[in-house]
Amino acid sequence: MRAIWRVFRKEFRETLRDRRSLFTTLVIGPLLMPALISVALSMAIRHGAAPASRPIVLTVAHAERAPQLLQFLRQYRVHIRALQADRATARAMVKRSHSLLLYVPRDFGARLAAGKPASLRLYADESERAVQSRVQRLGSLIGLYGGTIARLRLVARGLDPQLLAPIALHAIDISTPQSRAALVLGMLSYAILLTMLMSGLYIAIDATAGERERGSLEPLLTMPVRREYLVYGKMLAACAMMVVSLVLTVAAFAVALHHIGLDRLGMSANFGPGVAAGIVLGCLPLIPAGAALMTLVAAYTRSYREAQTYVGLVLLVPTLPLIFANIMGLRPRPALMAVPSLSQHFIIMSLLRAQPLPATDLAISAGVTLALGAVLTFFAGRLYRREKLLG
Amino acid sequence: MIEARALVKRFGTVTAVDGVTLRAADGRITGLLGPNGAGKSTTLRMLYTVLTPDDGDAWVDGVSVLTDPLQARRRMGVLPHGAGLYPNLTARENIEYFGTLHGLARGARRARAAHLIERLEMQSFADRLARGFSQGQRVKTALARALVHQPRNVLLDEPTNGLDVMAVRTLRRLLAELRAEGHCILFSSHVMQEVAALCDELIIIAAGTVIVQAAPEELKARAGTASLEEAFVRLAGLGTPESSA
Repeated sequence: MRAIWRVFRKEFRETLRDRRSLFTTLVIGPLLMPALISVALSMAIRHGAAPASRPIVLTVAHAERAPQLLQFLRQYRVHIRALQADRATARAMVKRSHSLLLYVPRDFGARLAAGKPASLRLYADESERAVQSRVQRLGSLIGLYGGTIARLRLVARGLDPQLLAPIALHAIDISTPQSRAALVLGMLSYAILLTMLMSGLYIAIDATAGERERGSLEPLLTMPVRREYLVYGKMLAACAMMVVSLVLTVAAFAVALHHIGLDRLGMSANFGPGVAAGIVLGCLPLIPAGAALMTLVAAYTRSYREAQTYVGLVLLVPTLPLIFANIMGLRPRPALMAVPSLSQHFIIMSLLRAQPLPATDLAISAGVTLALGAVLTFFAGRLYRREKLLG
Repeated sequence: MIEARALVKRFGTVTAVDGVTLRAADGRITGLLGPNGAGKSTTLRMLYTVLTPDDGDAWVDGVSVLTDPLQARRRMGVLPHGAGLYPNLTARENIEYFGTLHGLARGARRARAAHLIERLEMQSFADRLARGFSQGQRVKTALARALVHQPRNVLLDEPTNGLDVMAVRTLRRLLAELRAEGHCILFSSHVMQEVAALCDELIIIAAGTVIVQAAPEELKARAGTASLEEAFVRLAGLGTPESSA
């Protein structure tokens, strides 16, 4: 058994000298991923904040035909610009600058005065997301103005304006700040699990395909050590690298998200040291399974390059359940907690949402994932006994 | 001492080794000589327990490779064909790593590595990372690594492949010294001069079977020729012999 420790020490030392492994473990995980997610988040925050706070610039053709409407709009932070050019040029300009063009027909005032529907034309390029939200806002503002006129007309005729509103729908947002933040942070578990697995990749490939390719496997097999111990030692080193990566990545996320200031949006990222520790603990059971899976796949390949390709593909397997969960909006339940990687995703999300999962769910997750790791480890050890391993 | 009796190894439908029986004694250098594909490497691989024979058995100092491979491995130092190093370890660390796996204590393996580095004239590159080593530096490191636990038996598969003259001379000298110290040395080659210069005993192997095992002088006498190469060609049954020299 001491041989496992001896192999581990050597593999770990060698990995610390390998630039690719270090890059994956120290740069991609703790730096690149948090940076990417932070940028994506800040952009989402700015987009989310824009509709309510930023003024809309509205170009109006024949502003003189609807002075009261435009006065109303100005109160709601709509900047009115009178149209200088002809209509065709104006439309081209609207398309180019993502602005909005409002055309007031000649009979607008007359029809309004006569109590007939008065039409307005709004030109906008709605393929732009930002424009869509401005059109919506402008639409509801004009609707509000129209509603005011309608109520005044009813009052003038001695009718109760409430007749116009037989049903009132009140949409009440019950999402807590944490759950809204968690929605945005849906990518987080994906990033954590992927970088964690990636930092074990090189050792796992090296254990079989790498050793074979550089001709060090055969001398190694002449050592008076049981062959499965050799592979266990290597997997242990891969696990150690993954633990380092996991801790660094989660810590980096905690720091990065703290600096973004999600509270500006009334959201709290809820990512204190306690949650970070919980995420690390929740993900640990997945590490042996990942190491064994990558080792197994690498053993069946013929060269280092081939192993990189296949193991890289296999890395996507544990991330598939996360994508499904996000698309289908899956919620944690005991049966799903028995799916490795998916259950880790649920644990991360529950911690971020501050909705603790029942202890049985946590036990199922850890138990099943560790059991899978044990089975895969056993097979990886068996594989190392095969003569075909020599290629 | 290494003995093999009726070793058989099949890969699918191909019988690579078909009943090899041989004996390599202590204090002697035994050469395994044969054309490419004769089964030299497969035989050696069964002896050093990387492959399991389909039939027959072999013993290293009386320890069966079938029933007690771990004990057998402790008694062998092995230099496989094209042995590779760990590129992110220095030559010294490569040597000491195998010492660790043999269970040598830290002091013992340090001393042993230092001794071998001196003996194989590796001082100039001993503490450099193995990536970028020349073929000669690689073989020397791999050889030192194989000898780190002072094995009584040393097995080498085509050890001189790709070595320059100076490296070959270092290797020859080392093997002669090991012989003088009473080690059992078994190595394979297809280079006649090398075998002639070194071996006390020759085993000629062709098509998976041992044609003959004898001392070089005896071989020449049996084949009725003064040239070892000629004797090899005749005994191995390879084509028409040239006129006897």
